[in-house]
Amino acid sequence: MIKRLDTLLAPLFAVMFSVIFASLILLAFGANPISTFLRMFDYATTPRSMTLILNSATTYYFSAVAVAIGFKMNLFNIGVNGQYRLATAVAALVAGYVTFPGYLGIPIIIFISMLVGAAWAGIAAWLKVVRGVSEVISTIMLNFIAIGLIAYLMAPTVLGVQTAENVIGTPIISEGNRIPGFTLPSAPIPVYGMFFLAVALGVSYWYILNRTRFGFDLRAVGMSPTAAVASGVNVKRMTVYAMLLSGAVAGLVGLPLLLGAQYTFTVNFPGNYGFTGIAIALLGRNHPVGIAFGALLWAFLDVSAQILDLTGVPREIIVIMQGVIVLSVVIAYEVTRRIKIKRQQAAVGSAGH
Amino acid sequence: MVAARRKILLAVQLQGIWKRFPGVIANSDINLKVESGTVHAIVGENGAGKSTLMKILYGMQKADEGTISVNGTEIVFNSPSDAIDVGIGMVHQHFMLADNFTVLENVVLGSEPRKAGSLDFTAARNKIVEISTNYGLDIDPDALVGDLGVGDRQRVEILKVLYRGARILILDEPTAVLVPHEVDELFEALNGLKAEGITIMFISHKLDEVLEIADEITVIRRGTTVATLNLKTQQVTAEELAELMVGSELPTPETRGSTVTDKVILSVSGLTATNKDGKDEISDLSFEIHAGEILGIAGVEGNGQSELVEAIMGTKAATGKVVINGVDVSELGTRKRRELGVAYIPEDRSRLALLLDAPLWENRMLGHQTQIPNAKGFRLTPKLAREDAKRIISEFDVRTPSVDVLASALSGGNQQKFIIGREMSGEPILLVASHPTRGVDVGAQAAIWDELRAAREKGLAVLLISADLDELIGMSDSIKVILRGKFVADADPATVTPQELGNAMTGAVKAGKQ
Repeated sequence: MIKRLDTLLAPLFAVMFSVIFASLILLAFGANPISTFLRMFDYATTPRSMTLILNSATTYYFSAVAVAIGFKMNLFNIGVNGQYRLATAVAALVAGYVTFPGYLGIPIIIFISMLVGAAWAGIAAWLKVVRGVSEVISTIMLNFIAIGLIAYLMAPTVLGVQTAENVIGTPIISEGNRIPGFTLPSAPIPVYGMFFLAVALGVSYWYILNRTRFGFDLRAVGMSPTAAVASGVNVKRMTVYAMLLSGAVAGLVGLPLLLGAQYTFTVNFPGNYGFTGIAIALLGRNHPVGIAFGALLWAFLDVSAQILDLTGVPREIIVIMQGVIVLSVVIAYEVTRRIKIKRQQAAVGSAGH
Repeated sequence: MVAARRKILLAVQLQGIWKRFPGVIANSDINLKVESGTVHAIVGENGAGKSTLMKILYGMQKADEGTISVNGTEIVFNSPSDAIDVGIGMVHQHFMLADNFTVLENVVLGSEPRKAGSLDFTAARNKIVEISTNYGLDIDPDALVGDLGVGDRQRVEILKVLYRGARILILDEPTAVLVPHEVDELFEALNGLKAEGITIMFISHKLDEVLEIADEITVIRRGTTVATLNLKTQQVTAEELAELMVGSELPTPETRGSTVTDKVILSVSGLTATNKDGKDEISDLSFEIHAGEILGIAGVEGNGQSELVEAIMGTKAATGKVVINGVDVSELGTRKRRELGVAYIPEDRSRLALLLDAPLWENRMLGHQTQIPNAKGFRLTPKLAREDAKRIISEFDVRTPSVDVLASALSGGNQQKFIIGREMSGEPILLVASHPTRGVDVGAQAAIWDELRAAREKGLAVLLISADLDELIGMSDSIKVILRGKFVADADPATVTPQELGNAMTGAVKAGKQ
């Protein structure tokens, strides 16, 4: 019980600190913090907003888990952006051009998307293992190459088509290849069906990490590469596996939007979920449940920000708040970690007599 | 204290120090007097309360009761900076230096000299050179710390605290990381410091070293000071000191009777490994170890022992043949080798044998994560691993409140006991052990020897690498001497003396039968 409380304390403290910080900024703008927060809360609890929050959180969750898999092994996958954009683009092309029999379409499209994400991350893994290139550099460079590659694929002379006036993208995906959602009571729009996949991913992520040999090897490398080698882990192989897994999960990031709402991939497809994923992975401490809360919080802030403009407060205050939360959560975790170690040392000291 | 007091200057005086942690007492009624300009050793078993005491003296923890006086004035420390202010400096066991900085940059880090808003490196360099020459530390301020050896780094740490004006140095297990000749250099440096009036508090459990360097020794047992010995006026032997530490007679490393069988467990032939420049680190090593046999490898550190171990374990690429229990493992990875029943006690436990940020029960799995009781198939079995971790803790007297404690929270000796307990689990057929008793106190040392003896009787084959020649001679059934990556001599543990072995290790004379 007390252990659980400990892990909650740090993020709670961070959120409270950023609420105070945001209140000060609001005061500086001449707005009443309490009424502003209440208004945000009211707005965010309407059925429409709640749907939007769940939808964004689903997308963020995939992205953050992709990042977290790397983090667990001290791999910094900054290339989630490139991986999911390329994966989504290819998935959209397949879904737009090919009609599959029966219900086969959706699993095939999801699989292809994951495959492309994994392959793109695999390039960085290969570079790291064979050539010793830092994955931080290679993944971020691959982001730019992915953008170029997508622009090429989307050209009308290659595979793109005009889907609306002045918009070029993939052909509109037919009904059979779409993922149906479900609707909250009296909500005007549906929640992405991929929401359930996110939940399933969270459960399997936890299971693989904590209950399988593979997960133990992965964490061992993250905690101490030298000890992992001595224990018989093939670190290079683990690096490749972790990057491939991270990329495969990244391949899921764009699918909720593509198969649940937009049904076409255009060059304007949102492109920054990867960085949000990094922030949320930090916030959630790479833990599946922590990440879920982080994703929901982030999505809540995103959605409730929309009301701020109407009240005359610049919505950028939300961005500031998100930034402050991440910074203070990192600090709070470190502080609680040190307190924990101190307490344990004291406990060990007393056990020694 | 009725006797007439001599007029002596006390650098540090602790009176009636008590420190309680929830439920237990770490220090009880500690009394300690450290004369100015002397080397004062504090010895005690792991967990006797040395570290807590030093933390109190360095302001890292606060005593519940008692007084601390420095140079005659009573002082209350609230943080290490208070201790630094009165001239107390601490040299930690684990160095806190940035590899990619020069000595100069490392030393000034945190107390950078400023002149007109910019860093004044010239003044700092002059000061460092001055300290280095005055105290005979022999350090080049512009050398990159990453290029320095362990002994040099330690002197940089000492320089760092002197630079901050320390006149009283606390050295926490300073020789734990040093090889013999580095220890000599350290002692030379310490004598230089003493000559300049610096007071040194030397925490150790290596009794020979303590007897060599210290002017006075205070023994701590079960949290309290049990004796203070003045080496200038008293004759003290290592045995007497050890008895004071543990409160009983000192154990010796000794195996009785031969248990060697004719079943070959480890067979190594033509084993050769090179460093990245293509130079041989070990060349053409061949030997066999039988069930029930302990083969000791004697050698000055850095003559290929680590490489030999790594090549056998498969963590270092090597040519030649390694056969474990009839299976040629030359092309197999570390995991496959370990699954054959190889236990491994590496020389650097925190780097190679532990996940410091993981709880003990997860450390129970490390190195055996494919084997029962840790895993079945691809699945881990945390429940069984926890149970077994508890068994290790009780059987090997690992002092910890639970298996959920992080490995980093344990003292070095307890970490080692846990590692040995883990490696001896599951009835291994071969044990590769580097310095298994390094850094553990005499009590734990005896327990480890007992464990090795018992396992040997049951048919365990052991490759034992140790810098402790008494241990090597006492435990081994046969000894090989390694020098520059080659076996240069065989020695019979029944007849060889540590002196002969020492000579063979340096290549001066051939020991025993060749």
